[in-house]
Amino acid sequence: MQLDQVANVVIAGLLTGLVYGLMALGLSVIFGVVRVVNFAHGEMMTIAMYAAVVLYAAFELDPFLAVVPVAIAFFIFGYAMQAGLINPFITRPEHSQFMLLVAVAIIMVNALLVIFGPAARNVQLDYLLESIEAGPLLIDRGKLYAALVAVAAATAFFAFFKFTLMGKAIRACADNNLGARVVGLNVKHLYALTFGLGSACVAVAGCMMILLVDVTPVLGPAYTLLAFVIVIVGGLGSMGGALLGGVLIGVSEALAGLLIAPSAKSMFSFALLILVLLFRPQGLLGKRT
Amino acid sequence: MNRRHFNKAIAAAGVAAAFSPFGIVRAQAARLKVGVLLPRSGFMGFIGQSNQKGADLAPGVIREMLGVDIELMNADTETSVDTARTRAERLIQEGAHVLVGPFDSGAAAAIAQVAEQRGVPFIINIAAAPQITEQGYKFVFRNFQTAPDIVRNGLSLIGDLFRATNTVPRTAVFMHVNDTFGQAMAKGIGAILPTQTQLPFKIVETISYDPAAKDLTVEVGKAKSTNADFLLLVCRLNDAIILRREMVKQRWNPMGVVGPGSPGMYEEQFFKTLGKLSEHCISNVPWYNANAELTKVVEKAFLKQNPKDRLAYHGLNVGFTFEAILIAADAFKRARSTDPKTLAEAIRQTNITSKMMLGAPIKFNAKGQVEGIGSACLQNLNLTPTVVLPTSAATAKPVFPWPDYKKA
Repeated sequence: MQLDQVANVVIAGLLTGLVYGLMALGLSVIFGVVRVVNFAHGEMMTIAMYAAVVLYAAFELDPFLAVVPVAIAFFIFGYAMQAGLINPFITRPEHSQFMLLVAVAIIMVNALLVIFGPAARNVQLDYLLESIEAGPLLIDRGKLYAALVAVAAATAFFAFFKFTLMGKAIRACADNNLGARVVGLNVKHLYALTFGLGSACVAVAGCMMILLVDVTPVLGPAYTLLAFVIVIVGGLGSMGGALLGGVLIGVSEALAGLLIAPSAKSMFSFALLILVLLFRPQGLLGKRT
Repeated sequence: MNRRHFNKAIAAAGVAAAFSPFGIVRAQAARLKVGVLLPRSGFMGFIGQSNQKGADLAPGVIREMLGVDIELMNADTETSVDTARTRAERLIQEGAHVLVGPFDSGAAAAIAQVAEQRGVPFIINIAAAPQITEQGYKFVFRNFQTAPDIVRNGLSLIGDLFRATNTVPRTAVFMHVNDTFGQAMAKGIGAILPTQTQLPFKIVETISYDPAAKDLTVEVGKAKSTNADFLLLVCRLNDAIILRREMVKQRWNPMGVVGPGSPGMYEEQFFKTLGKLSEHCISNVPWYNANAELTKVVEKAFLKQNPKDRLAYHGLNVGFTFEAILIAADAFKRARSTDPKTLAEAIRQTNITSKMMLGAPIKFNAKGQVEGIGSACLQNLNLTPTVVLPTSAATAKPVFPWPDYKKA
């Protein structure tokens, strides 16, 4: 096996993994703050992918530009969903929250089936068939751009939570809910804001993912599962962990496909999950509770 | 007559009517209920919908041909073996006299078990795994080539292709979907290729992949690294689209892509999605006889129902689905009964000489399998699947090796 072949596969896995990581980042942030597991996460990303397809078909809007309106729409949708639907369930048993979000996911999949049918859809842009040659390396142009946007979006996310007052307030809610309420923070508003931001994050990931894969309505559950695997590997609630988990899953799947058997690729992400659960249950960058 | 006597008389008349020969005659005269099981959603959704077009036109054409009334009972298998099984059960409960479908070998095997247990005839339109008709089933019939037949015919046409184009490729990389059909085809190729000594190439690597794969970067990278002369491909539709795109991204331009007998590369969606990238791909598959009278009738009905579409994009799917329903209607007409055993016996006696698809008349052997179904070498030329071999049925000459896609 040639080294350049391995390098090409690792780079492809790394670039895909960064987009996976951005998708999982939204899930991790929502859980880290609101303490609700979003079982409709993959389905929300599928809707974002369809939104990018529709904007491209209607206005020839490149998914890189579609990121802005789709993210804004998803922020509003996420805020409204948390404020109107999920907030009343915050104090209820976890199985109620689980059923609520599973129901939302099923509704989303079926609504997509009704609206778009079962056919796979994509955006057909010439540059998506191009590769950048760097010595022996061939880098998929679409994947490279998508990964760069994923890194930029993740950085903006980190910066928001680290440096802005609003971000600090949200982190305060996550760290000490009672303390946050005592100092007068509007926790329910901050929860809704967090869900909105997590949704915007998944919207960006969806707009980038459509550059990598075709979308079908039934894609959602697979991505929800993938997002769970990533955040558990990286550490539930850890933003850096989500990105690291995404990259690890992307690269390990690609390498397993190359070195062992392509048809057994996804098996390795689950093997990685089991190893992490056995030896580091809090995830690679998660905090022990 | 008082009220009690009147009620007794009515009851007696009812019992007599129910058991009288005239009652049976009325049952015989009823229309034939055909349960059509196809993957109309899921990752095979497009192909399932393509098959459905063949089912939809069948009642009208068959009423004209045979004077038989058919009621279609459509069910979506959702590209899931379990769903196929439960839908088959439900169709039988709802009164289907015969089942037809389901395009996929895994689903066909599951439906065959249900049909056999419930004693309802099941006519397979498209499914190639040979074991389905090797179980000794009494109610299962298949009017489609088995995987070894597809492979044998497909490989034979590959030899014809090389002779027709004066090419001698020495190596091939074999990629196949990792499902029931793909594995059956891989097994067939492994067994039959060594016996085809006239073929100049050997397989340097075999790569299987998930039929629902969303990304084939690794698989194509691996195939490219073999430097094989051409790609031998057993695919479905979505994966064929992803794979072709990935070949372009990775700048892999072998002599060509040849399918020894699988769907995907001649489907309408393949052309719609890929445009010029779909050009010159080759599929050796069972196909329709454009010159047959029945083909002309079916094509007319197809265009009436789908004015903006072309039969050429759905040839295999429409042809075999239509023929499966035709077999059921023909048997029903001869049997004059919807009794499952009588209907199954009539299907076993089928002898349809005026048919649509290439090959011998439709006759079932003792295992319920039709033998002698022919194949054609189709090449995508000018965004249309075009018969290029055998020469007797060809409408264009084959192009091999294929030109770079940018020059296509």
